[in-house]
Amino acid sequence: MNGFFDLPSDLQYSYAGLVGLHLREALIPVLAGLVIALPLAQLCVRFRWVYPPVLGLTTVLYSIPSLAFFVVLIDYFGQSETTVMIPLGVYSLVVLVPGIVDGVRSVPRETLAAAEAMGFGPLRRYLQVQLPIAAPAIIAGLRVAVISSLSLVSVGMLIGNQGALGNMLYDASTYHLPLLAVNSVLTTAVLGILADALLVLVRRLLTPWMPRKGAAR
Amino acid sequence: MIRIDAVTKRYDDGTVAVDRLSLDIPDRAITVLVGPSGCGKTTTLRMINRMVEPTEGGIFLDGADIRRQPVDSLRRSMGYVIQNAGLFQHRTILDNIATVPRLLGWSKQRARGRAAELMERVGLDAALARRYPYQLSGGQQQRVGVARALAADPPVLLMDEPFSAVDPMVRKGLQDELLRIQAELGKTIVFVTHDIDEAVKLGTMVAVLREGGRLAQFAPPVELLSAPADAFVEDFLGADRGIRRLSFFPSAGLPLETAPLVPLDADAERLAAGADAPYLLVTDADGRPLGWAEPGRPLERDRLLDHGRPFRPGTDSLRSALDGAVLSPTGWAVAVDGEGRALGVVSQRVIGDAIRAAHGRAGADAGAVR
Amino acid sequence: MNVLDLVRAFFGDGAHWHGYDGIPARLAEHVTYSLAALLLAAVIGLPVGLVTGHYGRGGNALALIATAGRALPSFGLLVLMVLWTGLGLVPVMIPLVVLAVPPILVTTYEAVRTLDPSPVDAARGMGMSEARVLFRVEVPVALPLILSGLRTAAVQIISTATIAAYVGLGGLGRYIIDGLYQRDYEKVVGGAALVASLALSTLALFWAAFRLTVSRGVRARA
Repeated sequence: MNGFFDLPSDLQYSYAGLVGLHLREALIPVLAGLVIALPLAQLCVRFRWVYPPVLGLTTVLYSIPSLAFFVVLIDYFGQSETTVMIPLGVYSLVVLVPGIVDGVRSVPRETLAAAEAMGFGPLRRYLQVQLPIAAPAIIAGLRVAVISSLSLVSVGMLIGNQGALGNMLYDASTYHLPLLAVNSVLTTAVLGILADALLVLVRRLLTPWMPRKGAAR
Repeated sequence: MIRIDAVTKRYDDGTVAVDRLSLDIPDRAITVLVGPSGCGKTTTLRMINRMVEPTEGGIFLDGADIRRQPVDSLRRSMGYVIQNAGLFQHRTILDNIATVPRLLGWSKQRARGRAAELMERVGLDAALARRYPYQLSGGQQQRVGVARALAADPPVLLMDEPFSAVDPMVRKGLQDELLRIQAELGKTIVFVTHDIDEAVKLGTMVAVLREGGRLAQFAPPVELLSAPADAFVEDFLGADRGIRRLSFFPSAGLPLETAPLVPLDADAERLAAGADAPYLLVTDADGRPLGWAEPGRPLERDRLLDHGRPFRPGTDSLRSALDGAVLSPTGWAVAVDGEGRALGVVSQRVIGDAIRAAHGRAGADAGAVR
Repeated sequence: MNVLDLVRAFFGDGAHWHGYDGIPARLAEHVTYSLAALLLAAVIGLPVGLVTGHYGRGGNALALIATAGRALPSFGLLVLMVLWTGLGLVPVMIPLVVLAVPPILVTTYEAVRTLDPSPVDAARGMGMSEARVLFRVEVPVALPLILSGLRTAAVQIISTATIAAYVGLGGLGRYIIDGLYQRDYEKVVGGAALVASLALSTLALFWAAFRLTVSRGVRARA
């Protein structure tokens, strides 16, 4: 019997294996993007003149189609996971930086003045005041980055089957198995929705201080 | 004492925010910096905790240059309260108040205990401790701001228009609260406002600043009202400074007439005793005023004229007495004691005499009563 | 050879400027797909966003739909649609529209919902009908944000429309897919540069539209 979750053997992975691979290929870049975005955003907040060029550069990077990005990187990293993950990291960075900058800038001036007057140093002010207050903006950025990253991994199928769940699409077209494509699409979508829900939960836990309101985001 | 010595703040673009300002800010008193926007009052305040550094001149705390001290420890030794409170929206009320004690290395438990104590001191319900700032009204947030500033028991409190963003009723409550707290704690408070009434109400000393950051006058409020240094100060004080100044004269010395006081159930003999007075003040059995009646007519409770707002000679000022007389349909003010029992009545003319006499003594011993 | 050399070589080659596989033809195809998808998405997203935002209801349902839309992988959806409906324009349009509806929908909803309520109150007080309140008062003030939603959608469509080439259609993705199979990096980089330029031109176009349509009184909101 060919069950929904039994995959053709040429995929070289079980269903669960592909899910794990997909998560890894999608989430490591977002994490890397966040690690770079935090200091970069702080730089943009500290030195206002840095922000416009950073914004311009990230806008240009974002407009490059993922597939082209992958192909160019093949020369340097071969048909590998790294080749897929670098563009995803760049896209995450692009999504996160403006969100974090706006979040940190949204800290009211009175709050910063109060912190300064109580003798908070710059590092303490960043960690204990700016970062917590920017947390909702950072998580909003993470939600967009995670969901688009999960979706884009599939395209990696085109560069030598590096697309995790996307690799099912290759078999689906080659052997004409629409169900396999349905499986790939739905699994990716469910992963995206679950990750999104998880991030919403994290935000709720991190920000008991926010007024509750029903907002579409 | 905080001594501001010939301080000038000039910004890079050439604007002068504060111009050779010198002030001696007395200990354990409220010194108010007041003036129109652009007079450098906030800049002056922020130079005291070095959030702004002066271009010239120096500021000395108990004789020591504040630049000698590390800036963080200087700031932690001065409470700072600002407009809109500047609370940390991501921390509970209790943790907001505990901020500086925590910075000073207190244990969490001790800091929170101290914070709870302060909530009570500024009149906040203990049930608010676990709430977040967005769940509080503007007036409550401002109280949290004051509590937070007081948390580490700093000798100095800097307050930058702390009550400007709340509505007038709440503001009055906060002002009274501040005076009460100050009477208990005796901090050295520097208070910035653009509201001259607030300055006169709160200040032990008031510094009026003019545009360009120059000092126009530095004096106790009563002196400000009676002898403004120049046209600018006079203009800034507003139209009815003569009336406002009466707030500083006690009403205790007013000669009260008791003859017109009659109880509702007075007999003919008693009524005859007050027949010379133009009006009779009718009281109930406990001696509380009910209203005015014309002499020579039978007393009927529901035909009495309203007696207006009574004043209390021990605590109220001449301004309250005059106000009572002006509001009374008969032109006489009613004096009552702490329990609201009528002590006597006084006419506008007699109050007028008292005002003239008070002006004669002005400056020297007028003071404490507001 | 670095990327810039590849770009120069690609655009310098006269053969790339003529015929059915020439840059003008591919660009026209790409613009056609993108415009069609954007229009479809706007036809769906704008009215729903405006009405829900105006009444301030259905935010949670909208958020769910938007999240689901964003979570569906465009490339997977394309392959699946081709398997179900065969080659053609329809299987390409579906993933592009699914991609573009969420940003338009959510931004429009938020733009209208978060408006300052007092002018809306004043308008109702003056006796404006609900439709008039929406189009005369709310939309003009919400326009900067609504445009930003459309802009996000447009840029994503342009970049994603390259996958149309994978299922035999044209557009700028042709260069990237062909380049990939022919190991012709010049083509890949040239195609990517074209897509990026198109996306940036679109940003410029939206900026111009913003200057033209947004009242100077509300520009600060953007």
